Amino acid sequence: MKVPFAVKCALVFVALFVAFALFGQWLSPHEFRATSLTARLKPPGTEGYLLGTDARGRDLLVRLAVGAQITLIVAVVGTVIGAVLGSLLGLLAAARRGWVENVIVAAVDVQASLPIIVVALFVLAMFDNSFTLFLLLIGLTGWEVYARLMRGAVLSAKEHGYVTAVRALGASPARIYLRHILPNVASIALVQFTVNLPLTILLETALSFLGLGVQAPLTSLGQVMSEGRDRLLTAWWLTLFPGAIIFVLALSVSLIGDWLRDRLDPTLKSRSS
Amino acid sequence: MSVPVVTIEGLSVALPDGGDRPFAVEGVSLEVAPGETLCLVGESGSGKSVVAQAVMGMLPVQLPLVAGRVTFQGQVLPAQRDKAYVRLRSARMAMVFQDASASLDPLIRVGDQLIEIARVHGLSRSEARKRVDEMLIAVRLPDPARIARSYPHQLSGGQAQRIVIAGALLLNPALLIADEPTTALDVTTQAEILTLIADLQRERGTGVLFITHDFGVVSDIADRIVVMQAGQVVESGTAERVLHAPEHPYTRALLAAATKTGDARDATGADTILTAQNISLTYRLGGPFARREVQAVQDVSLSLARGRTLAVVGESGSGKSSLARCLLRLEDFQAGRLTFDGQDITNVKGAELRALRQRIQVVLQDPFSALDPRQSIGAAIAEGPVIHGTPKAQAMERAAELLALVSLPPQAIDRHPHEFSGGQRQRICIARALALDPEVLIADEAVSALDVSVQAQVLDLFADLQRRLGFAMVFITHDLRVARAIADDVIVMQNGRIVEQGPVDQVFHAPVADYTRALLHAAPGRTLKEGAA
Amino acid sequence: MIGYVASRLIRAVITLLITVTLVFLFIRFSGDPAAALAPPDAPQEVIEQYRRAMGLDKPLWAQYTAYLGAMARGEFGYSVHTGLPSAQLFLNRLPATLMLGGTALAIALLAGIPMGAIAALNRGRPIDRAVMGFSVFAFAMPNFLFGLVVILTGALVFQTYVGASEDTLLDVLPPALTLGLASMGAFARFSRSSLLETLNAPFMVAAEARGIPRGRRMWRHAGPNAAIPLVTLVGLSLGGLIAGSVVTEQVFAWPGVGQLLVRSVATRDIATVQFIVLAIAVTMICANLIVDLLYLVIDPRIRAR
Repeated sequence: MKVPFAVKCALVFVALFVAFALFGQWLSPHEFRATSLTARLKPPGTEGYLLGTDARGRDLLVRLAVGAQITLIVAVVGTVIGAVLGSLLGLLAAARRGWVENVIVAAVDVQASLPIIVVALFVLAMFDNSFTLFLLLIGLTGWEVYARLMRGAVLSAKEHGYVTAVRALGASPARIYLRHILPNVASIALVQFTVNLPLTILLETALSFLGLGVQAPLTSLGQVMSEGRDRLLTAWWLTLFPGAIIFVLALSVSLIGDWLRDRLDPTLKSRSS
Repeated sequence: MSVPVVTIEGLSVALPDGGDRPFAVEGVSLEVAPGETLCLVGESGSGKSVVAQAVMGMLPVQLPLVAGRVTFQGQVLPAQRDKAYVRLRSARMAMVFQDASASLDPLIRVGDQLIEIARVHGLSRSEARKRVDEMLIAVRLPDPARIARSYPHQLSGGQAQRIVIAGALLLNPALLIADEPTTALDVTTQAEILTLIADLQRERGTGVLFITHDFGVVSDIADRIVVMQAGQVVESGTAERVLHAPEHPYTRALLAAATKTGDARDATGADTILTAQNISLTYRLGGPFARREVQAVQDVSLSLARGRTLAVVGESGSGKSSLARCLLRLEDFQAGRLTFDGQDITNVKGAELRALRQRIQVVLQDPFSALDPRQSIGAAIAEGPVIHGTPKAQAMERAAELLALVSLPPQAIDRHPHEFSGGQRQRICIARALALDPEVLIADEAVSALDVSVQAQVLDLFADLQRRLGFAMVFITHDLRVARAIADDVIVMQNGRIVEQGPVDQVFHAPVADYTRALLHAAPGRTLKEGAA
Repeated sequence: MIGYVASRLIRAVITLLITVTLVFLFIRFSGDPAAALAPPDAPQEVIEQYRRAMGLDKPLWAQYTAYLGAMARGEFGYSVHTGLPSAQLFLNRLPATLMLGGTALAIALLAGIPMGAIAALNRGRPIDRAVMGFSVFAFAMPNFLFGLVVILTGALVFQTYVGASEDTLLDVLPPALTLGLASMGAFARFSRSSLLETLNAPFMVAAEARGIPRGRRMWRHAGPNAAIPLVTLVGLSLGGLIAGSVVTEQVFAWPGVGQLLVRSVATRDIATVQFIVLAIAVTMICANLIVDLLYLVIDPRIRAR
């Protein structure tokens, strides 16, 4: 198996990012909420503050490590929620047809008519922001895409000869769906997962950047950025470091996703052996 | 013989690395004289279409021309794809493809597409229009003015092929290359298109390079024949000689496959296992605003005796596959009654229906989609017995025996479907169906997707297994030759209804219904059968 | 064809109705609007008074029909903070957003589609890889980061603060580029794959065999066929543009609807948020409907249905 150079770099970066999120706090002697009046807005490279400090004298390195951790948790948990919810609904729609399918298709239409960030803002306008609520909102990202894809994939899998043949063998519907259809459509959800993961990262950071996502005292990469926004010209490190991490992370995940898609694309291996 | 239209000498085209052989075609030589039909015969992968692409100067970049010379009307064609030259050449050479409607731009009215061809080759607007109008009449389209205003998707397969032929002959080319032009069509349409090509060719003195896998078609139209196998010419000669005294064993095998007939069997003493009485099936299609109903099966009755084979013959849309789904209880039909071994099975449900499924099995048309790509061959064959309670280990042992029964190597048991050819997969599907020891086997176009020589082997396998295991078969097919080769009795269907039914000899030699007669008349290779009989 | 139009129309209406209903239910169950409106220390009787005045003592069904009736009359409530009708606030902000979004869409289309076409026609060459690389870059680039980089570049290189005004085309370009970047990448990628698929279609091979010159094959046959799926993508990209404008307007302090939305969410101005959400839903539903109906015009295969 030949892995392209860009994908190798992406894999290495993702591994480094995960390691940083898990253990990065130990790179710095400071606590991520600890303020210091004497150490405000220190540029990167200052003694004891490798990446500098923010306006309240907090160490940027340790804040980035904690932010990375939260961003990672939100992105992964959020993407899993969306994937599971959407895939199950899509599967259910294709399996049950009738009114169940109509309801699910209508829900997909409704979701498709409102960008997820608008839905999130609408809900956040009415409910007190909490980490759980925020996680649930992020989890809605792209569920309708999974639902649509899975419904289509299952409907087309049902037309395949092997489903007819297995049905004719006397297999129960549960056996047909779980043993035959699901394994054959799972790769579609997996590929969509890699497309959705960077979108989730970008949504979390965007909402946190707007000040409507992760709330202090917790922090995330987007939240760190938003705190540094007003000092763009004087303390560039506060925005550019977290921004760069978000960008390279989203880029790496996309590259890996594209590569996975090319390898798993079910249309490529259906007929040719 | 006059100067050939096209001469191919020592043509070799390389395959990309990693193919099953180094050359797509190797050392192929042939020539086509004016007014002559040369049939280039071969099965899929024989390289016959690559020859056509090479002549047209349209080889894809992955398939480079490595040796050989193509001479067109005394002029050697450059090996390189010179664009200006290709365009000039296209006026004197034309090509017709298998899927006619896919070879037309879906967004442009077909009449405009024909005018475009004439215009890019230098005709004025009025000349182009006049030429197209003449050509539309020449290809015998009903209501040519209306069809010229249609989009490709509005035409039937036969109409689309007539349009493509009109486009090909618009500029009076010296050479027409026809690449499987009738393979996707029903027999009656196929016969019309073949006659059309032959008539136009006679009027215009066009040389035709006709590419096909079907020796029936070959025997109807060929002046000379070139047989290809695995990229090489294995036999060539006049039609008379090749058809009646084939030299190469491969040619003989292809011919034998095309002229296959079954052995007559004694019909006495067999009792009925499956009967259908007045079955009707209606599909409801469309959403709430465009609801329409399609009567797929209307009032069909049949009965099948133990150990016998009943062929159901019909063209596409005749309802034969829907009937198969009804017999299998995969489709809920609106009217009629099914009886299996004396028991009414019209409404059996749940566990009772699943138990019934052990006794009626199916083999489907497309061997590529009929197997779960993620399931090993052994697991696929063992699945039926496992569902019905056989312990896994015992079912796998049985699967190994069945593999041997359908002449596949024992190692196949751990492999996956994509490692097998179409013919092998169909053997696996047969093994899977037989794993339950069914009393009735329904084969829905089970050999249609296979190459002719493989088709013959699989038909032999069906017959052999039936002899040994004694199941009854319903064999659904569009191919009269297949029906004749395997069946004891035949049902002919048209538009969802039975138009004729009877023992195979009676239906084939003394058909009663007009439609049956038309089908038999249209079937390619009649002379071949008479010659071989 | 009439069946197609009717089914699309009804689907759009149903989608809108469900959206309105969900918005109603969310607002109704998110808290007590009367308690929120009344002064903080108001006694229970005062809140009850507010309740009756707002119709909250009636059954849910009656409240729902009253809500729908108000919508039909064009009454969408008043902003808590400014006292102005929420519709008025929205309309004041709309021109700026339309200008930003329109320019972004134009940039994305005019740059993205040619990029994709060039990549497809040079498949496997360095230019193709460059375009594909760009599209991944554009997809992964957070617009708030790109916007900040644009502002930083403007300040350090051109000594100007971009986004300070919105008077000339030059002022709208930096935020529009920021907003359109992701769509541009998506258009490039999608038009590349669509064109590649069309170039390999049997009718393109047949057109070559019929002697139709390459230029004509591209413009007359490949182009229109490859463009059809792009119509859907343009419809879909609207959602991305709306979502992106929320962030972009914030970064550039662009006085549009997105900024109003973020501000209203932060200040819990429910009437304004509700109006903006419904306006976005209506826009998206209409856009999808237009895309579906546009297919009738451009694709004869759908016209035949």
